[in-house]
Amino acid sequence: MSLLQTRAVSKAFGGVQALDGCTLGVERGSLTGLIGPNGSGKTTLFNVMTGYEAVDGCTVTFDGHEITNATPDRVFQLGIGRTFQLTRIFPRLTVLENMHVAAQREGWRSLFGRWSSSREHQRALELLDFVGLTRLQDVPAGNLSYGQKKLLEFAYVLVAEPDVILLDEPAGGVNPTMIHYLTDRIRELNQRGVTFLMVEHNMEFVMGLCDRVVVMNHGEIIAEGEPEAVRSDPKVLEAYLGA
Amino acid sequence: MKALRPLGLLALLALAVLFPLLFPNPAVDTVAVLTVLFATAVTAWNTFSGYSGYISIGHAAFFGIGSYAVAILCQDWHVPGGYLPFLLLPLAGLIAVAFAIPMGWIALRTRKHTFVILTIAMFFIMQLMAFNLRSVTNGSRGMSLPIPVSWSGAFYDLPFYYVGLALLLVAVALSWWIRNSKYGLGLLAIRDDEDRARGLGVRTGAFKLTAFVLAAFFFGMVGGLHAYFVESIFPAFAFDPLIDLMVALMAFLGGLGTISGPLLGAVILVPAQQFFTIWFNKPGFYLMIYGAMFLAIILLLPQGIVPALRGRFTKAETLAGPVRSGDDGDVAAAVAWAGDVGDGERGGGA
Repeated sequence: MSLLQTRAVSKAFGGVQALDGCTLGVERGSLTGLIGPNGSGKTTLFNVMTGYEAVDGCTVTFDGHEITNATPDRVFQLGIGRTFQLTRIFPRLTVLENMHVAAQREGWRSLFGRWSSSREHQRALELLDFVGLTRLQDVPAGNLSYGQKKLLEFAYVLVAEPDVILLDEPAGGVNPTMIHYLTDRIRELNQRGVTFLMVEHNMEFVMGLCDRVVVMNHGEIIAEGEPEAVRSDPKVLEAYLGA
Repeated sequence: MKALRPLGLLALLALAVLFPLLFPNPAVDTVAVLTVLFATAVTAWNTFSGYSGYISIGHAAFFGIGSYAVAILCQDWHVPGGYLPFLLLPLAGLIAVAFAIPMGWIALRTRKHTFVILTIAMFFIMQLMAFNLRSVTNGSRGMSLPIPVSWSGAFYDLPFYYVGLALLLVAVALSWWIRNSKYGLGLLAIRDDEDRARGLGVRTGAFKLTAFVLAAFFFGMVGGLHAYFVESIFPAFAFDPLIDLMVALMAFLGGLGTISGPLLGAVILVPAQQFFTIWFNKPGFYLMIYGAMFLAIILLLPQGIVPALRGRFTKAETLAGPVRSGDDGDVAAAVAWAGDVGDGERGGGA
């Protein structure tokens, strides 16, 4: 059974059918790419999976638990982390404080402890080192460059040690060296057992990194399979080129 | 510099404790009592509105509820003037909490401007109730509180000052503690991006409501103490919209979301109000000055005094240019961009 599974997910915004019966399974340990033209429903599908968008009449399951319409905090605690297309960090908190926001603890009493407890602090520093932001730990996150914000968002999603990470355009607007760096980080985490599902327009990035690619168009999944097979699928070419 | 900080704080504390003894003038001490009361209110308000970014212009409702709670309890239980009414303050706070929980629960379903409007509306609903629930509040005829007859004019201010100072110290300690706790970090994350915080496991609803209610608890106690201090209350003065504006102005002037900023705001604005009232020889004229000040703060010091000063001191030290909230400065972006490329190269080589 797939680790993350959606069945017949449909979602309309007024007259626009954003998702139309999407059934998608993400296998444990895989690197799955989700591609498709603009407006094909990729981000909406992410939003449904992570509790940011409510749906009815369909199911989303994660590791055997039903998480349809669960709240975003619940989804995160279960082990699904995500990043956003327009990077969302906490601009007025320092880089290190950003890391600690993601390290929420169980139970009320723990809330009144200092945010920088030693074990979490150690973990935050390790992850900042992992993405190469250690030097900037005391800088307000709003002062980081676009690429650095993407890395920070990636790092704090890792704090909770999620099983699955959904990346929404991780390479968008990021310079080539940084993309290369990010690819290495994703591969390294995947080898440690983290499953990835990513939306991305940079084909080189997706084809080079993912072991499976799913293509969406007009809210439907039109093709899926290995990168090479998908690349030459006539339906995919039609969706992209309008041929 | 850092080693001097505890010494500085101790000196300030000593000054606060000794103030009425150093200036045994009842007129001055009355201003001091009002200052500690407002400082307590603004500190509590800041712990909610400053940290979470939800600007409440309705917490004066809880000030009014606390005022009436003490007045009604004193009347019903026949509490004589003296030290006993002070013991009712925590109860007044709890009564304010009982109102704050449902009000906050409703208001916090909205955000930003809608939230501000809702808090204002709730405030006026409470004020109208104070006018119209005559059997409980005595309507516009107001209520009297017990008078501590045995306290001389020279002594009168002292108990109020020290009770107020004790409340202030508790509020400041709590505010400091929250700022350094996981809970406080969650509130700050809500201020920056609530949905994102929720997506990282922060229980935003519970966090916001507890902070809202905690502020209401202090407003209730401050309202009760103020009512006892002025000896009689009326709906229009117990539920006074100016209290909310004063509190917000103090926090914005000193620095919203900082611990020392709102205190500084209270220490500047309460005496200034008294001074202007005496100077113009008419009550209410100070409001024009306040209006002008509000404009000046927003145009010239949008962050408030404390963050502006802090920014000046740390400017030279920080790597990424001036520490500004929210937006990227051009210089900051350029410097950060340079750092970005450096990181990328290091990563690429690894």
